[in-house]
Amino acid sequence: MAQTQTPTDDAASAVAGTRIGVVTFPGTLDDRDAARAVRLAGGTPVPLWHADADLHGVDAVVLPGGFSYGDYLRAGAISRFAPVMGEIVHAANGGLPVLGICNGFQILCEAHLLPGSMIKNDHRTFICTEQVLTVENVDTAWTRSYSRGQHITIPVKNQDGQFVADEHVLDELEGEGRVVFRYEGSNPNGSRRDIAGISNAAGNVVGLMPHPEHAVEPGFGPDGPRGPRTGTDGLGLFSSVLGVLVS
Amino acid sequence: MGRVVVDVMPKPEILDPQGKAVAAALPRLGFEGFTSVRQGKRFELEVDGEVTEEVLETVRQAAATLLSNPVIEDVVRVAADQGEG
Repeated sequence: MAQTQTPTDDAASAVAGTRIGVVTFPGTLDDRDAARAVRLAGGTPVPLWHADADLHGVDAVVLPGGFSYGDYLRAGAISRFAPVMGEIVHAANGGLPVLGICNGFQILCEAHLLPGSMIKNDHRTFICTEQVLTVENVDTAWTRSYSRGQHITIPVKNQDGQFVADEHVLDELEGEGRVVFRYEGSNPNGSRRDIAGISNAAGNVVGLMPHPEHAVEPGFGPDGPRGPRTGTDGLGLFSSVLGVLVS
Repeated sequence: MGRVVVDVMPKPEILDPQGKAVAAALPRLGFEGFTSVRQGKRFELEVDGEVTEEVLETVRQAAATLLSNPVIEDVVRVAADQGEG
């Protein structure tokens, strides 16, 4: 018997068939939240292990937040040399969408997939708050679900979150439209030019300090227009990449 | 047994929040007259045998690759430790 599928069913099944790897390093904290965010956006999360130099055919990769290797040496400095990272650097240079969140952003900088680095917050303390960001670039693999200039609210929680780079690199990032997210209202860590997230030149690699994966589900996110903890502004990063991958 | 010492400092143009915190604590304890403090890292790498020029070159490469991040830090010294071994 022939089954008829509506276009919506087709699209949903195509998205569900999209596999997004989430890497766990020793000391990673937010891998389960990131995997849940992928699932809530409609995709299929695939756990990846730091010591396994195999991406298992995933269509995109998320490097989640936490304190990999206890932030020993520098945040992300040791993770960068994990076996899985060699594969990720190679695949990212070939166009694989890669998102680094917080510690994942630090790892992408240490791996030279993104420029700059993170140092200790200017106020020297850990910060955990709900943060408004402006989405400035909606052409990356991870931001197409947003509109340019849109304000989103997602949590930020870090100790080494102060983005730094020399003036030449900062000018280049600004000039090429590679500042993807900027802190709006207040700068929580002293980051240069209020930069919260950046991309590589091709737009497939994005890193940001705040945590979109903690703002994907009503009841557990930041306060939103519909009431306390209703904010789901982070979901757009995950739906963006799924949209790109099935299109 | 030989030992190589590597000193890494935050770049001069990079704000050093930890150094600033130490600078603020000094006068509170009565240590007056210090206008600035910068805090760096010291690594001690031990090898079997002597510290040869080849060993030093390997350490220089390790210092530039892993022990420091050139975006925010400078390797200010790579040297054989002449102290007691």
